[in-house]
Amino acid sequence: MADRTVTIASANGLHARPASLFVQAVSGSGLAVELTKGEKTMNAASILGLIALGLKHGDEVTLHADGDNADAVLDDLAAFLSQDHDA
Amino acid sequence: MSDTVTHDLQGVGIGRGLAVGPVLRMPEPLPEPTDTPSTIGADAEKVRTAGALAATAADIRLRGQRAGGAAKDVLEAQAFMAEDPTLKDDVDARIDTGKTGERAVYEAFAAFRDLLTSMGGYMGERATDLNDVSQRVVAHLQGVAAPGVPDPDYKFILVARDLAPADTALLDLDKVLALITSDGGPTSHTAILAREKSIVAVVGAAGALDLDDDHVVIVDASTGIVTVAPDASAQASASDTIAARAAAADAPVGPGALADGTPVPLLANLGSVDGALPAIEKGAEGVGLFRTEFLFLDAEKAPTVDEQQEKYTQLLTAFAGKKVVVRALDAGADKPLSFLNDEKEENPALGLRGLRALRANEPILRDQLTALANADAATDADLWVMAPMVSTVEETRYFTKLARELGIKTAGVMIEVPAAALLADRILPDADFASIGTNDLTQYTLAADRLLGSVASFQDPWHPAVLKLVGEVGRAGTAQGKPVGICGEAAADPLLAVVLVGLGATSLSMSPAALADVRTELARFTLDQAKEFAEIALSANSAVEARVAVLAAATPVTTSLTSTESE
Repeated sequence: MADRTVTIASANGLHARPASLFVQAVSGSGLAVELTKGEKTMNAASILGLIALGLKHGDEVTLHADGDNADAVLDDLAAFLSQDHDA
Repeated sequence: MSDTVTHDLQGVGIGRGLAVGPVLRMPEPLPEPTDTPSTIGADAEKVRTAGALAATAADIRLRGQRAGGAAKDVLEAQAFMAEDPTLKDDVDARIDTGKTGERAVYEAFAAFRDLLTSMGGYMGERATDLNDVSQRVVAHLQGVAAPGVPDPDYKFILVARDLAPADTALLDLDKVLALITSDGGPTSHTAILAREKSIVAVVGAAGALDLDDDHVVIVDASTGIVTVAPDASAQASASDTIAARAAAADAPVGPGALADGTPVPLLANLGSVDGALPAIEKGAEGVGLFRTEFLFLDAEKAPTVDEQQEKYTQLLTAFAGKKVVVRALDAGADKPLSFLNDEKEENPALGLRGLRALRANEPILRDQLTALANADAATDADLWVMAPMVSTVEETRYFTKLARELGIKTAGVMIEVPAAALLADRILPDADFASIGTNDLTQYTLAADRLLGSVASFQDPWHPAVLKLVGEVGRAGTAQGKPVGICGEAAADPLLAVVLVGLGATSLSMSPAALADVRTELARFTLDQAKEFAEIALSANSAVEARVAVLAAATPVTTSLTSTESE
């Protein structure tokens, strides 16, 4: 199992377009990835869950996954969230 | 069938386009699925629902690929909504309580929609996307056609309550002459996409859903009016105008001038260096308003002199030999910048903004003026620099003195505050020129927040009170031989542009898309006629009266010109 804690870098937060790209990356990994913000944990492949979390620039989230290549997958996903997709 | 509409409809026009043609209404949304128990059992419901969700996602994705551009991103997000695992869990849980697939899908999407709506703002606007996806999945389950844009084999005007991105994305522009919506405002998806794709549109036209299919209407985005049951001459006149505008857009461009040869330079409003070449192609004779906020937005601190100088040099190089008017950083009100002013203000439009904010942060102003002077020295354009939102003679002196000290050759002020317009004769001796920002001048003259929809009807630069202030500045400019430009939406309204010249404006600056129409209109009238129209507008009681009266005065001229040409 693996965990990564990252800060959302997109200037306008994780709105529909970056959320859509993120979900695409999660679905493509083939792993069940969980995303936690504060008390709330959700399926990271759920775009509605992501939008409903209202992730803003500067929010800290933790990603969690189990599996053979969990470390590599989470590195990619963490890198995605650390980029500003509104730049 | 609804009652036939006989009166004209008023909405908000997007752009200035005009269209005439038969109406087709978008099919009404599907009725809410009834909450009757499933007759086939939970397992069978889950299988058919999973199939419908996957098929809908595939369908939306295909539409996205066909549409491309910004629409593709929006539709891709919608496809993921249909495939959402959390939503699917919720749908299955509802099916387990005995509901049909249709009802479970409807309820699960509605629950998410209500959640997003309760979050408000940007999230709330995504609720429309969810409704659209929900409808498509239910249509799939029921085996009926998904609600969508009609596709007849003739050109038509599409009427809808509001359009979802999935609809607007696939509009066949060769067939859709115009859009009319009954709901949705100027910031709705429909409006944004209509602007992006240059579709003639009137949004928020109450009563539009009662229009009958195949009845001909005229849609005029410049006035926001939908003319119902126009007679043959009105239709012919609209068609002539459309043809004339198309011809004007193709006509060779030359410098702006009145019919008697009085030059009226036509300049472009630009917000970035990228806009320079397209503006020149559309015939801009220079830049009348270069907004510098793009250099500062999203920045934690102001850019350095070198960073700014590089951008200004690019701009001035593109307009070598031409006039370029740059506005110093205009922060505040609708575009706050944290490093200038992070105080929360009750009335930001009346607060520390424009030159006031720059003065409170003089090093930022000094850096900007220095970068501009350096760029000017390295290029061949004719650089003018102006301060935003100047209210007093004292502020004018402060800015022009500082600008000249830092090497700016031509320094002026923007007239947006009524106080500055009223005392223009005392402000101009200290400035090389004035430029009137009609949007803010209108908001301050009529005390109506330009960002507030509820008072949008006051935001009309045809109002005689606004024109009277413009006239004060024009008179002072003429008497002292100082140029008076107009930058703001008012200059982009062709007939109003003629009135503004009659009031003493010596140049007009507008978004490049409006240049062709304004150039054509100016060429129709002499300076004496423009002055006569100005007098007519000034003596009206309201913006509407002023527009109607000037239009009436201008129309006989059109007729006589036409008859002269045909002789």
